[in-house]
Amino acid sequence: MAEQLHAMLSLRGLTRRFGGLTAVDAIDLDLARGELVSIIGPNGAGKTTLFNLVTGLDRPDAGHVGFEGGDITGLSPERLAAAGIARTFQLGRVFGNLSVMDNVLVGAHTRLRAVKPAVPVIGPLLELGLALLRPASVKVEEERLREEVKVILARFGERLLPRIDQPAYSLSYANRRRVEIARALALMPRLLLLDEPTAGMNPTETAEMQALIAELKAEGLTILLIEHKLEMVMRLSDRVIVMDEGRKIAEGPGEEVRNDPKVIEAYLGHGLSGTAEQESAA
Amino acid sequence: MSSWLDYTINGLIVGNVYALVAVGLALIFGVSRLINFAQGSIYLVGAYIGWVAVVQLHTPLPLTIILVAVVAALVGLIIERFGLRPLQNSVRIAPLLATIGISFVLDQLVMLTFSPNPRALPSQLPDVRFQVGGGTIGPLDLLIAGVGLTSALLLFAFLRYSKLGWAVRAASQDRDAAMQMGVDVNRVNQAVFGIAAALGGVSGLLVGMYYNQIDTAMSLQATLKGVVAEVVGGAGNVPGAVVGSLLLGLVESYGVAVFGTSYRNLFAFLLLVVVLVLRPNGLFASARQAPPEPLTGTFIAPSRPLRIPRWALLVTAAVFAILPFFPVSFYVLQTLINAWLLGMLALSLTLVAGTVGQVSLGHAALLAIGAYTSALLSLTLSVPVGLAIIAGGLMSAALGTLLISPSFRLRGHYVSIATLAIGEIVSLVILNWESVTRGPIGISGIPPLSLFGYDLISPASIYWFSFVVMVVLALLQGRLLGSHLGRSFRAIRDDDIAARAYGLSLNRYKSLAFIFGGFAAGVSGGIAAHLYSYINHETFNTQQSILALTVVILGGLGNVVGAIVGAVALVGLPEVFRIAAEYRILIYGIVLLLLVRFRPQGLLGTI
Ligand SMILES: Nc1ncnc2c1ncn2[C@@H]1O[C@H](COP(=O)(O)OP(=O)(O)O)[C@@H](O)[C@H]1O
Ligand SMILES: [Mg+2]
Repeated sequence: MAEQLHAMLSLRGLTRRFGGLTAVDAIDLDLARGELVSIIGPNGAGKTTLFNLVTGLDRPDAGHVGFEGGDITGLSPERLAAAGIARTFQLGRVFGNLSVMDNVLVGAHTRLRAVKPAVPVIGPLLELGLALLRPASVKVEEERLREEVKVILARFGERLLPRIDQPAYSLSYANRRRVEIARALALMPRLLLLDEPTAGMNPTETAEMQALIAELKAEGLTILLIEHKLEMVMRLSDRVIVMDEGRKIAEGPGEEVRNDPKVIEAYLGHGLSGTAEQESAA
Repeated sequence: MSSWLDYTINGLIVGNVYALVAVGLALIFGVSRLINFAQGSIYLVGAYIGWVAVVQLHTPLPLTIILVAVVAALVGLIIERFGLRPLQNSVRIAPLLATIGISFVLDQLVMLTFSPNPRALPSQLPDVRFQVGGGTIGPLDLLIAGVGLTSALLLFAFLRYSKLGWAVRAASQDRDAAMQMGVDVNRVNQAVFGIAAALGGVSGLLVGMYYNQIDTAMSLQATLKGVVAEVVGGAGNVPGAVVGSLLLGLVESYGVAVFGTSYRNLFAFLLLVVVLVLRPNGLFASARQAPPEPLTGTFIAPSRPLRIPRWALLVTAAVFAILPFFPVSFYVLQTLINAWLLGMLALSLTLVAGTVGQVSLGHAALLAIGAYTSALLSLTLSVPVGLAIIAGGLMSAALGTLLISPSFRLRGHYVSIATLAIGEIVSLVILNWESVTRGPIGISGIPPLSLFGYDLISPASIYWFSFVVMVVLALLQGRLLGSHLGRSFRAIRDDDIAARAYGLSLNRYKSLAFIFGGFAAGVSGGIAAHLYSYINHETFNTQQSILALTVVILGGLGNVVGAIVGAVALVGLPEVFRIAAEYRILIYGIVLLLLVRFRPQGLLGTI
């Protein structure tokens, strides 16, 4: 009970089936404020589906999602973004034709106030009017957000800042992943979900990303991380959860989980597909 | 016809005909996730080939059917090979636009060859009817049922027992996996387009015989009916398409029995909108899951838009503003007035289709709403014309957005289908709501343009009025795109899932885009009403929607300046080259096709 009271995010019996396949099978999980928990497991284990269930992009067939004491099961992604949940996508979903600046500004959308007054019914019309008239308050807000975006981009060193006005489609793969993370940070999230943030990155880039995530954690951000690179998982995580075929097969501190025979068996059983050994060799 | 049994038989027969169209659509959707907007055009071609065969060549019935099937199949193969195959690796919007363009070109070719006047297509069958229970059935009914059953059996045998049929099934289950297993996707596409076209052509022939009449308006209706049936049955589901077709036939037939003939299409299109909104996977879809995505990848062609310096825009605008002071002919001013009106419509469509990615095919309906509102207000309530036009814009913004809102949940091709249907619904309501719209008679004697009590009669004053209104709308739209709404719209277009995950409500922002765009289109329609002084339910038709789409693609999707440049080019160039009116529409279609193939980013680039 005490544990649940502290939990920022708590999943209870979360289940999602696709036809005959149970992609997420009765998952329980608690995440305390400021904690970084990693989810590992072979490809197809159901990790991304779990993220979709937490962020409202998919709805569970059974089970509940609690966030900061409230039940958020089945809420729309828009509501959840407004509640402070931000995520990145495994395959990368930047807005290709938008500049880096605009991509990240979209991340700050839920924090717009001046141009999006919280007025019922005619709120949208006011938003249209304010966008066209652009009174001082709206201009000030936009300027402030632009400055904030530059601060966020500066966290990526010289990777993104020089390309701030370039369309996202023209960026390298690694840079697009960085834009996604910058966009998530612009939401000022209370909970950040990262889906394989270093997939396709070389060792230098991976190290940079690891340093950034460590920084975010040090700043107190609560993070749920899906990652294949075990070295990084071991360094960053307070706790590791192992999924296989939709089920949670192990949970605990990294070293403990790593030597769990069930975990080794799960990876071997899948012909080493997507395992740490393969990834770090690549 | 009197008894319910008669209506049932009629419904099943008509449903059978729809099934021939819908099955083809389902096959194509299954393997290429594409709604083939040209399916109705092939049906049209089939009807006219049949007419040539029956009336001019006097072929016997079985030969007529075979001839129609073969010619139609050839047309289908040509479409696949030259229209769609080159677009396999292009952006998501390309094949959608291509089938729209192909449909347009085919319809125009048929119209130019055979004239738009209806023709009789005799069935060559004896005109007797047999008593069956309480109803009657004729030889043609039996023929249609027979053709339907035979086609179903042939298709079943093909899919089940031939190697190519197996490949088709494999490709429609999982295209990537099928390709990895060595299935030749081009051959599969050829097969489904050939089969779909043969079925569609025969369907057109049978319908022509059934009503003993064919005309060029059949095409759009057939595409819509086929899509209704296919979507009701579940996109890509072949048996579902058959059931959906029979259901549609029955719903229409009973609807006609209760409400009268003019409501036939209204029922079909309402059914479509309801199914799309409530059961986007069709009536028979079992599990709750995301609807199959109509193609993946980026939606519009990435490009670096041409940045036109501000001074160049100012100089150009100034030149056009002082143009009437020079000795230009009335004809030039008239042409440019048309360009400004089309420019306003294009501004609206480039926002909706380009910036937000909702390729509307019913945009002419927004013109119609604005035109009728403005005309009726000024005529019956004596509202000053200037105010009436603004009211027309507001009405179009409000009503248009409300009507189109069911399609906000849809993506890609479905949006186009839904807006096409909604456009048809608007036109049917205008036709049937006689107490308000004066029905088929239309509205005449609409007062001329006037501003603050002064009538704008001279060409120069009309020119200035429409030019200024268009420039103001363009400036407002530019301002809109520079605000947070601009990036929000474009984010939704580029990736609606990521957009939602960052708090962008699709309903809210699509509504705002349609409100703004609806206003521009409504104002354009309002001005047009006062210029024409007479409007009816056909004044604003699908041809204008497609023309606007061509303008938008030509200028560059989402590009404000491009919309105006495109409008001037498409209205002006045919005048410069003195192209006869009847060929213009054909040329617009060809321009659309060439753009999609060779310059998808348009002249000035997508934004
Ligand atoms: N929309 C969907 N429809 C059907 N099956 C799906 C869908 N999404 C995921 N799956 C299946 O669910 C399982 C888990 O997938 P996923 O969550 O992506 O795994 P992971 O992220 O751990 O690699 C896989 O077998 C996958 O094929
Ligand atoms: Mg995954």
